[in-house]
Amino acid sequence: MVIPLWMYLIVAASIFSIGVFAVLARRNAVAVLMGIELMLNAVNVNLVAFWRYSTTDSSMGGQVFAAFLFVVAAAEAAVGLAIVIAVYRNRRSVIVEDVDMLRW
Amino acid sequence: MNFMDPNLFLWLIPMGPLTAFLIIALATNRARLIPATDPHYGGHHPDYDGMRVPVVRDSSRVLSITIALSGIVMAWILSWRAFFAARALPHFGEEVLGSQFNWMSLGRGFFNIGVLVDPLNATLLFMVPLAATMIFVYAIGYMAHDPRQSRFFALLSLFAGAMLTLTVSDNLLFLFVGWEVMGLCSYMLIGFWFEKESAYKAAIKAFTTTRVADVIMLLGIVYLYALTGTLNFRDILWNQATLDLLTTTPAILFGGSLSAAELIGIFLIVGTIGKSAQFPLHVWLPDAMEGPTPVSAMIHAAAMVSAGVYSIIRVFPILEAGMNPHVGEFSASMLLMVIAGGFTALFAATIAVAQFDVKRVLAYSTISQLGFMVAALGIGAYVAATFHLITHAFFKALLFMSAGSVIHGVEHGEHHAHEHHDDDDDDEEHAHHHDVAHDQDAHHSDHHFDPQDMRNMGGLREKMPFTFWAFLIGGLSLSGFPIITAGFWSKDEILADAWLGLSHGYAPQTFVFIMLAISAFLTAFYTTRQIGLTFFGKPRSVAAEHATLGAPIVNVTMVAPLMLLSFFAIVAGYVGVPKEFPILGWVFSRQGNPFFEMVNHSLLHPTPHPYFADVLPAVFTSFAVALGGIGLGWLIYIRKPLEAGQQDPLINFLGPVWNLLEHKYYIDELYVILFIKPAKALAHVTSEVIDRGVIDGFLHLVARTFVFLGDLIKVFNAWLIDGFGDAIPQGVGMFGEWFRRVQTGRTQQYILLTALAMIVIGIIFALSVGMLSAQAVGF
Repeated sequence: MVIPLWMYLIVAASIFSIGVFAVLARRNAVAVLMGIELMLNAVNVNLVAFWRYSTTDSSMGGQVFAAFLFVVAAAEAAVGLAIVIAVYRNRRSVIVEDVDMLRW
Repeated sequence: MNFMDPNLFLWLIPMGPLTAFLIIALATNRARLIPATDPHYGGHHPDYDGMRVPVVRDSSRVLSITIALSGIVMAWILSWRAFFAARALPHFGEEVLGSQFNWMSLGRGFFNIGVLVDPLNATLLFMVPLAATMIFVYAIGYMAHDPRQSRFFALLSLFAGAMLTLTVSDNLLFLFVGWEVMGLCSYMLIGFWFEKESAYKAAIKAFTTTRVADVIMLLGIVYLYALTGTLNFRDILWNQATLDLLTTTPAILFGGSLSAAELIGIFLIVGTIGKSAQFPLHVWLPDAMEGPTPVSAMIHAAAMVSAGVYSIIRVFPILEAGMNPHVGEFSASMLLMVIAGGFTALFAATIAVAQFDVKRVLAYSTISQLGFMVAALGIGAYVAATFHLITHAFFKALLFMSAGSVIHGVEHGEHHAHEHHDDDDDDEEHAHHHDVAHDQDAHHSDHHFDPQDMRNMGGLREKMPFTFWAFLIGGLSLSGFPIITAGFWSKDEILADAWLGLSHGYAPQTFVFIMLAISAFLTAFYTTRQIGLTFFGKPRSVAAEHATLGAPIVNVTMVAPLMLLSFFAIVAGYVGVPKEFPILGWVFSRQGNPFFEMVNHSLLHPTPHPYFADVLPAVFTSFAVALGGIGLGWLIYIRKPLEAGQQDPLINFLGPVWNLLEHKYYIDELYVILFIKPAKALAHVTSEVIDRGVIDGFLHLVARTFVFLGDLIKVFNAWLIDGFGDAIPQGVGMFGEWFRRVQTGRTQQYILLTALAMIVIGIIFALSVGMLSAQAVGF
């Protein structure tokens, strides 16, 4: 049986929503970063799924795009964690709400 | 130019004093500042305490005196050279010395100025520099302690220079230049002691009074120029065609009932009435006594008043206007002279009788004597007027300088008395006011001691014998003491000319003869009174007891001029002795009356000489009035000299008339009411009503209106425009205040908002492409 596209999209949307929720609702900055990773991976699922089901595109664009996203995600995680560590060093906290210096 | 040529070196005559003026004014007028209380400042002015005042440096003082003296002596030498060079001309009169150059181009030709010596001004060239030099020398002593001597000698030089310019000028405009410069100098010299209020007031009075007359005289000059196109004396007065033109043209005023010559003559005479102090413009001259005595001598003898009479003698052919007074024809201008001169002569003589100020008596005598000259010219006694002008200058200069010596001596005596009596009012004595001659009280306290008041003198004959003799000679000459004095000969000649007309029954001559005979009597009387009060009897004040001329060196400069002038006050008359006069005529006038023969040739149509035998009654009248006046004066004032504190015997005799005379007929008071009060009232009205009320009021109204308008616009501006302008930034600011709260600094909120926005945008996008309503695309 061929699994239809919409099932992939439902999975991806679910993961993305979980990621969005993590970003919006978690107080811990590390958890927020993890939410971002989830959203990126949901996008990856989408990309690969659309590529696999595409009838017009015969290139490897979808997979290459996904591979790029892994790199970007890794880099983003590295930079994000570095920022979190730096913030922690300065403020002894990784709670996102405590880091609100850039306000009016 | 060859200035040895007598025609050309005339230009140099006024140059000496004028150059001296320039050098002194520009170079040798250095002063140092000292406190006003310093005795070197002379102490005229206690009000200047705490100020520093300039006092001339000794070097400047000596240099100024030297330069001024060199200037006037140079003028003297050149003038006399010109005089003798002119006398040597074979037909002096028809031939004259002179030269001209083009002064300014006037379109239709040139205006020439030039110099001229004819017999008339040759006599002045003889007298003026001589008298002026004597005045300069005298001033060295008289002004020896003055703090502003450089200035004094500069102005005196300018005065002399202007007089000489006037004397040698060959046209009326050049004459007028000298005339006006003298007006300026008299103003500055009368007000020389400007610390005294009376002095600067007198200066202003002299200046404004003569100015009134000068403007009218200028009208005459302008009219003359408009008619003839020239102002040159020879072109007008030695040119029958021009004279005919003037006498036949009807005047532009008075409906043509006068000829142009008469109107011009009247204008010019008014100039003289101002300058030579004839009634009714005589008021400035007695007040001019406020100047230093050398200035009085200058004004009264050598310069100012002589210039006035000289100018009408000079233009006599115009004044005559084609009439011949010797046959009873009189032009309006001649009649004006007759009336003004005759009246002034008597009027001033009566005032002089009742004055106590030693210089004021002389001032009124000057006015009176000038009246003699003007009246003489009015009856056509051309030569007699000139003769009296010359002799009067000599004896009046002598009298003024003697009077100055008397004042000087009494002031010395006053100082001396104070040193010895150890009085404590030295300060006040310097500040004394000179003008207390009106004071009826013969008892003058030392606090108001007036060294010019004859009631404070008496007995000076023993104290100042030299001054006495000089004054006596001058006084006798003024009185016309027969035979020996110059005044007799000149006055006699005027009376003789008048008698000639009277014997023909001409009214003007009769009027002049009567007025002048009475005046001459009064002249002799008040002169004797003055001599009696001043020199005879016992000293009536401590000052008079100690009167002296001071240090011998100062003394010399004040004595030498008196000697020379005394000489001329006697011998100047012998040049005018009639040929037929017994003995003296043979001694002095074998070829005819020398003065008459000379001056008469200034005229195109010489006047006839009165034959001696025809005028014998006039000669006897001269004798009688002179001796009678002197005799009466001797009876009242010398035989029984005034005691200290005694009233003048005339006061009881004349009663209320005395009061009238002493107050000079209240002319000054009348002028105050007639001219000064209305002028002040007009000035007050102009200032208060017109200026402050109307003009200032209008300006204030305009100002207030615009201030109100400005306030209105200011409110409008602040309320509407500024309000609008302020509302925009305030609104923006308030919006910013409100809107910036979006920036919470909490990342999650931002993301939430972004997410919501994405959802909204997504829904809108979906709706707009119809995605939600479309059929699901089959996957």
